Amino acid sequence: MAGRSDEQMTGAEIILKALADQGVEHIFGYPGGAVLPIYDEIFQQEKVKHILVRHEQGATHAAEGYARSTGKPGVVLVTSGPGATNAVTGLTDALMDSIPLVCITGQVPTHLIGNDAFQECDTVGITRPCTKHNYLVKNVNDLARILHEAFYVATTGRPGPVVVDVPKDVQFAKGTYIGPGNIQHKTYRPRIKPDQNVVRAAVDLIASAKRPIFYTGGGVINSGPGASKLLREFVKMTGFPLTSTLMGLGAFPAGDKHWLGMLGMHGTYEANMAMHGCDVMINIGARFDDRITGRVDAFSPHSRKIHVDIDPSSVNKNVPVDLPVIGDCAHVLEDMIRVWKARQHQVDKPALAQWWKQIDQWRSRDSLKYKPRKDVIMPQYAIERLYALTRGKDVYITTEVGQHQMWAAQFFKFEEPNRLMTSGGLGTMGYGLPATIGVQMAHPKSLVVDIAGDASVLMTMQEMSTAVQYRLPVKIFILNNQYMGMVRQWQQLLHGNRLSESYSEALPDFVKLAEAYGAVGMRAEKPAELDDAIKAMIEINRPVIFDCRVASLANCFPMIPSGKAHNEMLLGEDVPDAEIEKAIGAEGKVLV
Amino acid sequence: MVDNEPGVLARVIGLFSGRGYNIDSLTVSETEHEAHVSRITIVTSGTSNVIEQIKAQLERMVPVHSVADLTVQGNAIERELALIKVTGKGEKRMESLRLADAFRARVIDATTESFVFELTGKTSKVDQFISLMQPLGLVEVSRTGIAAISRGPEGMKI
Ligand SMILES: Cc1cc2nc3c(=O)[nH]c(=O)nc-3n(C[C@H](O)[C@H](O)[C@H](O)COP(=O)(O)OP(=O)(O)OC[C@H]3O[C@@H](n4cnc5c(N)ncnc54)[C@H](O)[C@@H]3O)c2cc1C
Ligand SMILES: Cc1ncc(C[n+]2csc(CCOP(=O)(O)OP(=O)(O)O)c2C)c(N)n1
Ligand SMILES: [Mg+2]
Repeated sequence: MAGRSDEQMTGAEIILKALADQGVEHIFGYPGGAVLPIYDEIFQQEKVKHILVRHEQGATHAAEGYARSTGKPGVVLVTSGPGATNAVTGLTDALMDSIPLVCITGQVPTHLIGNDAFQECDTVGITRPCTKHNYLVKNVNDLARILHEAFYVATTGRPGPVVVDVPKDVQFAKGTYIGPGNIQHKTYRPRIKPDQNVVRAAVDLIASAKRPIFYTGGGVINSGPGASKLLREFVKMTGFPLTSTLMGLGAFPAGDKHWLGMLGMHGTYEANMAMHGCDVMINIGARFDDRITGRVDAFSPHSRKIHVDIDPSSVNKNVPVDLPVIGDCAHVLEDMIRVWKARQHQVDKPALAQWWKQIDQWRSRDSLKYKPRKDVIMPQYAIERLYALTRGKDVYITTEVGQHQMWAAQFFKFEEPNRLMTSGGLGTMGYGLPATIGVQMAHPKSLVVDIAGDASVLMTMQEMSTAVQYRLPVKIFILNNQYMGMVRQWQQLLHGNRLSESYSEALPDFVKLAEAYGAVGMRAEKPAELDDAIKAMIEINRPVIFDCRVASLANCFPMIPSGKAHNEMLLGEDVPDAEIEKAIGAEGKVLV
Repeated sequence: MVDNEPGVLARVIGLFSGRGYNIDSLTVSETEHEAHVSRITIVTSGTSNVIEQIKAQLERMVPVHSVADLTVQGNAIERELALIKVTGKGEKRMESLRLADAFRARVIDATTESFVFELTGKTSKVDQFISLMQPLGLVEVSRTGIAAISRGPEGMKI
C-alpha cells in the first residue's frame, strides 16, 4: 500500500481533485448538510471557483449558459433532498437541449438511505428520466472513476446532464484516487464517424437536387465551432439555401445571402415555404421537433430527406427519412465536402437559379414586417435597436421563454455559434437570467444580455443577487408588455380572446427592484428615448435591469398555428389590428 | 443485454412507461455472473417505426450492451414456465392429472386435495392449460414471463 498511500484521500477530496483534473474552473452550487464535507474542501483549495447561486434551479441554468457558451461541461453542486429536487427543472432542460452538465448531489449516509431520513429523496429515481445517466456512489473507491465517467458521458455523443449522487459517509470515507486517464466505458460507445457508403449516397443525392435546402440545428453547435466552419464551406460550395432551428442559430451567419431565417412555428415565410417545396432536404443536427414540422403528414411532402445525427433515436422518430447518416456533424460535413470535391460534383445550376427565384418571391413577402409606432415601443423594434447598437461587439444573448424569445430569434442576427443561450425543448421560463451568470462567468469581458419577458424574469429574479455578489455586469433587458404575451396570443387566437390569468398583475417596479439588489435600474417608455437608454446600458459596467415598456398586445408573427402545415402560415397582415385592439377590454384599458 | 448494476431495470422499465410503450411480458436474470451481465427479455407490440424507436432508445442507454429484436430476426424460440395450483377431489382431481400428463406438466407438490403443476412451453400452451384447469379447481398461477433465444449457432453479442 505504501506506494499508493499518497493517493488515499477522502471522498470530498477525491471530488475536488477529479474536478480539477477534468479542467473544471467554475462550479455553480448551493450548500447544505449533505454536502458540507465537499464545501469544506472547496474552502481549502483554489483551483475550482464556486459560484453561490440563490436557488438550485439557478445553478443548473447558470451551468447550462456556461456550457453552451464555451462548449465545456457545466458543473453543479447541490445538497440532498430539496437541493436535488430544485435542480430537476434545469436537468430536464439540459436533457431536452442536449447540454453537457455534471451535477453532484449530496445524499444522506448510505445506512440511512430508504429510511425517510432528514432531507432524503430518491435522487437517482427522480432524476433517472431527466438525465442522460446517473449514479449513486456507494463505495468511495468507485467515486473517482464514476466522476470521470460522468464527464465522459455528459460531453461525448449527444451531450446531456449526468447526476452523481454521493452519500455523506462516502464523502468522509478514505479511498483511492485514480486520474481521468483513458476512460473506456464498457458499453457506452457513441458513433462519431459516419459510414462512408452512406456519405457517398448522401452526396450523390445532394448533387442531384433541384430544389435543395439545408435544415440545420443544435447538433451543429454541439459539434463545436469546426462544424459551423465546415457548414459555411459546404453552403458556399453548393450555393444552397439554408434555414436553422432556434437551437442552431448562429451556426450559419444571419448576414449571409443563403440564409433564409429561422424556420418553424415562428419562422420566416421563405424558410417554411422552402422546406415545404424542396425536393432534397439536408437535415444536419436537427431533430424534426414538432415546432418545426407542424402537421407531420403534411410536412415537406415531396422531398427526399437526409438526416445527419449522432443519436440514432433521433432518426425516424417524428419524420421518416430516406438517408440517415449517423455521426458527428463536423465529421460528416468534412467527409461530405471531401467526397463532393473528389467526385467533382456540380450543382444543377439552372434548376438552382429557378429555385432561388422562387425563394426570392417568398422573401419579398417580408414576413417579419410589423407596424412601427411612434407612441409606443414595438417589441420587435426594441430588439432591432438592441441588435443595431451592439453590432460588432462581443455579445452573448440569453432569453427567457415567450414572445420576446421568438422576437429575439427573428430580429437579433446571430453570426457565430454559441452566442445564443435559450431554452428550446423544455421552454423553461426563468432560464435566461441565471444563464447570463454562467455566460458572464465564462466570458468576463463580453457583453451578456438576457432578452427577457416580464413574467419569466420573475421566476429566477433572485439570481440578481448572485450577479451583484460576483460583480457580473449582466444586462437584463425586459420586454415588458405586462402580459404573459405568448399565452395571451394563444388565448386571442384560440380561446376567443378570453385572457384567463395571463395579465401580469402587480408587477414590481423593476427599476426599484434593481436598486434593491444593488444593481442599476433603467427604463425606456418611448421609441425616441430607446437608443440613448440602450447605449447607456451597454456602457454601465454593472448588472442592469432594463425595463423596456413595449406595446402590450403585439403578436408574434408569422405563425404556423399548431396542427397546421407549413404552407398554412398566419402572417401578421392576416390578423387585422381591429382584432388585436379588441383585446383591450374595459378592465385592461384602466390597467395598461 | 445490460450491465447488472443497480437501477438498470428501473431505467429500462421507466423508458417504456415514460414513452408510452407497453410491456406484455418481462423477464430478467443475470446470465453471466463473472461479466456482470443480465438479460432482459421484453415482449412488446407496436408498428415497425415504434419498435425501431424502442430499440434506438434502449441502445443509447449507458448500461445497455446490446439490443436484439428476436421477432424481426425470425425463428426465435420462446418459452415460459408456469406453476399452477389446482384443488379438487374425485373425478375433477383425476381429470386435472390426466390433462397435466397430456400437456407434459409435472406434479411438483401434492396433498390429498391439491396439486402444483410445473409447465414449460409456449405462452399459448400455458394459456390453454390454465383455461382447462379453470373449471377443475384452479387456485393460483405463477408465470415467469417469456424467455427467448434465437435458433442456430449464432449467439447474441454482448
Ligand atoms: C415558445 C417556443 C417557441 C418555439 N418556436 C420555435 C420555432 O418557431 N422554430 C424553431 O426552430 N424552434 C422553436 N422552438 C424550439 C423548439 O421547441 C426546439 O427546441 C428546437 O426546434 C429544436 O432544435 P433542433 O432540432 O436543432 O434540436 P436540438 O434540441 O438542438 O437537438 C440537436 C439534435 O442534434 C443531434 N446532435 C447533438 N449533437 C450532435 C453532434 N455532435 N453531431 C450530430 N448530431 C448531434 C441530437 O441528437 C439532436 O437530434 C420554440 C421553443 C419555444 C419555447
Ligand atoms: C416554467 C414555465 N411555466 C409556464 C410556461 C408557459 N408559458 C410559456 S410562455 C409564457 C408567458 C411568458 O411571459 P413573459 O415572460 O412575459 O414573455 P412574453 O411572452 O410576454 O414575451 C408562459 C406562462 C413556461 N413556458 N414555463
Ligand atoms: Mg410579457
